[in-house]
Amino acid sequence: MTDHSRLTFEGAADLLASGGATSADLVRALFNRIDAVDKTVCAYTWLDREQAVRDAEAADTLRASGGGGRYTGVPIAVKDVLNVKDQPCTCGSRILEGYTAPYDATVIRRLKDAGVVICGRVNMDEFAMGSSNENSAFGPVRNPWQPDHVPGGSSGGSAAAVAADEAIAALGSDTGGSIRQPASFCGCVGLKPSYGRVSRYGLTAYASSLDQIGPITKTVRDAAALLGLIAGHDSADSTSVQAETAGIGDDLGKGIKGMKLGLPREYFIDGMDPDVEARVRDAVEVCRGLGAEIVDVSLPRTKYAVGTYYIIATAEASANLARFDGVRYGARVEGDDPISMYGATRAAGFGSEVKRRIILGTYVLSSGYYDAYYLRAQKVRTLIREDFDHAFQSCDAILTPVAPTAAYRLGENTDDPLKMYLGDIFTVTANLAGICGLSVPCGFTSAHLPVGLQILGPAFRENTILRVGHTYEQATDWHTRRAMP
Amino acid sequence: MIASVGLEVHVQLRTNSKMFCGCENRFGHDPNVQVCPVCLGYPGALPVINGKAIELTVKTGLLLGCTINHRSKFDRKNYFYPDQAKNYQVSQYDQPLCSGGHVDIVLDGETKRIGITRIHLEEDVAKNIHFGDASGIDFNRGGTPLMEIVTEPDMSNADEAFAFLSALKQILQYGGVSDCNLEQGNIRCDINASVRPSGSDTLGVKTEIKNMNTFKGVHRALKYEIQRQIRDIEKGREIIQETRRWDDETGVTASMRTKEYAHDYRYFPEPDLLPVELTDAQIEAWKEGLPEMPADRRDRMVRDYGIPEYDAGVLAADRAVADFFEATARACGNGKAASNWVMTDMMRCLSERETDIASIRMAPEQLAALIGLVDKKVINMPAAREVFSILFEQGGDPETIVKDKGLVQVSDEGAIEGMVDQVIGEHAKSVEDYKAGKQAALQFLIGQVMRISKGKANPQVVRELFMRKLG
Repeated sequence: MTDHSRLTFEGAADLLASGGATSADLVRALFNRIDAVDKTVCAYTWLDREQAVRDAEAADTLRASGGGGRYTGVPIAVKDVLNVKDQPCTCGSRILEGYTAPYDATVIRRLKDAGVVICGRVNMDEFAMGSSNENSAFGPVRNPWQPDHVPGGSSGGSAAAVAADEAIAALGSDTGGSIRQPASFCGCVGLKPSYGRVSRYGLTAYASSLDQIGPITKTVRDAAALLGLIAGHDSADSTSVQAETAGIGDDLGKGIKGMKLGLPREYFIDGMDPDVEARVRDAVEVCRGLGAEIVDVSLPRTKYAVGTYYIIATAEASANLARFDGVRYGARVEGDDPISMYGATRAAGFGSEVKRRIILGTYVLSSGYYDAYYLRAQKVRTLIREDFDHAFQSCDAILTPVAPTAAYRLGENTDDPLKMYLGDIFTVTANLAGICGLSVPCGFTSAHLPVGLQILGPAFRENTILRVGHTYEQATDWHTRRAMP
Repeated sequence: MIASVGLEVHVQLRTNSKMFCGCENRFGHDPNVQVCPVCLGYPGALPVINGKAIELTVKTGLLLGCTINHRSKFDRKNYFYPDQAKNYQVSQYDQPLCSGGHVDIVLDGETKRIGITRIHLEEDVAKNIHFGDASGIDFNRGGTPLMEIVTEPDMSNADEAFAFLSALKQILQYGGVSDCNLEQGNIRCDINASVRPSGSDTLGVKTEIKNMNTFKGVHRALKYEIQRQIRDIEKGREIIQETRRWDDETGVTASMRTKEYAHDYRYFPEPDLLPVELTDAQIEAWKEGLPEMPADRRDRMVRDYGIPEYDAGVLAADRAVADFFEATARACGNGKAASNWVMTDMMRCLSERETDIASIRMAPEQLAALIGLVDKKVINMPAAREVFSILFEQGGDPETIVKDKGLVQVSDEGAIEGMVDQVIGEHAKSVEDYKAGKQAALQFLIGQVMRISKGKANPQVVRELFMRKLG
């Protein structure tokens, strides 16, 4: 009997359609796999096996009666930052202990409407703040390729679960690279949609102007399918855009012959892991071989991106996380008056990285500092966006590494927040510019750790980057390698 | 010494739903029933702008002669307090919906123009409720639309501030912007007051008195605070910039916090909302939908119904009263009679019953029918007053009431003559007095006939008969 946990999202849909398995079979296979490997990987924070099986059986009944759609009954995992009615939503934080979501995020509602089964919740850096998944109240997630290494973050649980075949696919969220970087570290596909492509309603906010929900999958085709299910305008999110969502993924098979792919010189820097650079340059050559024209482009403001990102993201976070005060939900530590209760609750509830970012964000918005930090960062953000506008005049998509290194050892960077922040240099730009980005496996370092190729495209041109990603993926076999065979 | 007073007036808007979510915007429900993930600040919930609140704020701006800004935006105002679900308030910092403008007030026959600095929109906070050693929060009000009108420091005393608030209330009610119900907290304001020596051009140091919720309270607080500042300066004490609290019971203001403890609200643009862009066409459409303002209406009613300017002014002061009057006048074609009824009997009944014209059962068409019966001399005025009382209490068809109560006026001379003869026979003294030239005696005699006829005799016919018989 084949192991259903190895299935892709599209493969699972095909199998269910052919009657080769039921949704309940898939869900049970995943739970078996989770039982076998999650002690090592630590990807899941919450499972309701009985409910998941009930949901799967309901999907099977619907399918048996001729109802449902292509993806009815396919199970996925969701990052613990998304609100699913009647489930906890801890965001990897102690401060949300005891909180049960009273509503479905829009993406969850859309997945449920499509019949997709939510099989569990996966770990993350606390409030999506981190690049290694070491900042979780539930403890770190481990990289399925080498469990003494980090899976990346903040959607580390999503990527690790998919890489370890504990999930067929997963949703993550990406504020500065939190989908693409863990996908790269774990050898998966990760898609950060353009800002406004996917409704943020129900995504616990880290930095509202940067956050996007997206898929982490085993193939580019799967990422396209999941994006098709969750994308589209939502009247509950004013920043979601009325962009055409029909036909997402339709261009996958068109090849890249004649396409212009840009190579930004600022994304190949001193100090980056030579193995990573070599694998990415290999991938570029594969694309050239597939008929793409490789052109040099420049994104001159890249060097300001990390600073700009950490000002804007932390400023927004300092307000977004103010609501966690112990008054209405979640954990509470009593105090003599409301203000001391807030202090005690937040001191006990938040981890050190979250506190660091709240303090930084509070500082950059403070009277007398606002102009020098927040306002200036917004101006630089506009310049970074202009860099991309300019670059995309001479190419269809841009190829870069996802991160300067592959996965590092657990604890290796925890004492040096700045070093950790600098690891986000190639991913934060897409969030600042609002464009879309895809991470595709492109080989391994000499230490046998996955490397990711990042494909950046203009806003709302997901089809372009999916097409490049799929064409590259089909010409290579990196995506077929399993971390824990 | 001269005082300068500016006000920040917070007005609750008459919208169906809250500022950023679909919850109902209504006063008086049980605590925490009009709530949802958005107005409770749940993780992941996002705001969506209530278009009606934008419309009402822009209409207010148009009514106050403001510049409507084609682009404005919302910001987050950060501070921790339990009445704030998110611990930030979505407000407008540097790009409000409306800028500039004015309200004209009339005091002792003099008109004074009070400048409006800006009008912006924000969300109201929840209500903290304290029971003994515990506290609760009612989030029904949390997230309801709140419009803030900021004035220039153009008022120079408590009377002007009171007149300003009264004038503003009238405009807001007229515009359908707010019910302006003070008991329900529809209007609340903060006062900024300073004093300076006569002849000085620079404003003195100001103090702020927060959370005033009655106009009378504003008047009393200002009277006190201006006097306090003058007294302190005269005694050589320095006025410090501070926030003060008004104690309505003791009638004094007391320091709450000084400037050193002022909040740093760390305003920044609300990233969950797009800027508000208004087109000329949209603003123009709202402008056309504006109701006529009291002064214009007064002048038009003088022209349309031939009523005195004073009467028209009284009627126009309250939009609902003026609406009632005009509907009555149009239905009966007798503006003067309609005006008299509304100004006298209606106003008296309303004040006796402590109710308002929107809540009574009588419809303008019914009052118009009653006026028609008087005009056609079917009933006389005393009978009409009786019918009016019934209409006021329970409404109904005046003609039916007249029939049921047997109030139809008797104008037939033959029927009245017998009663006149009877009265002449029974009141010889009065007859003598009248013949001797006492006009009052005739009134008495007419009154006797009215009594015998149970009020139904046509007083005009009775008078003529007496004059003919005793002439």
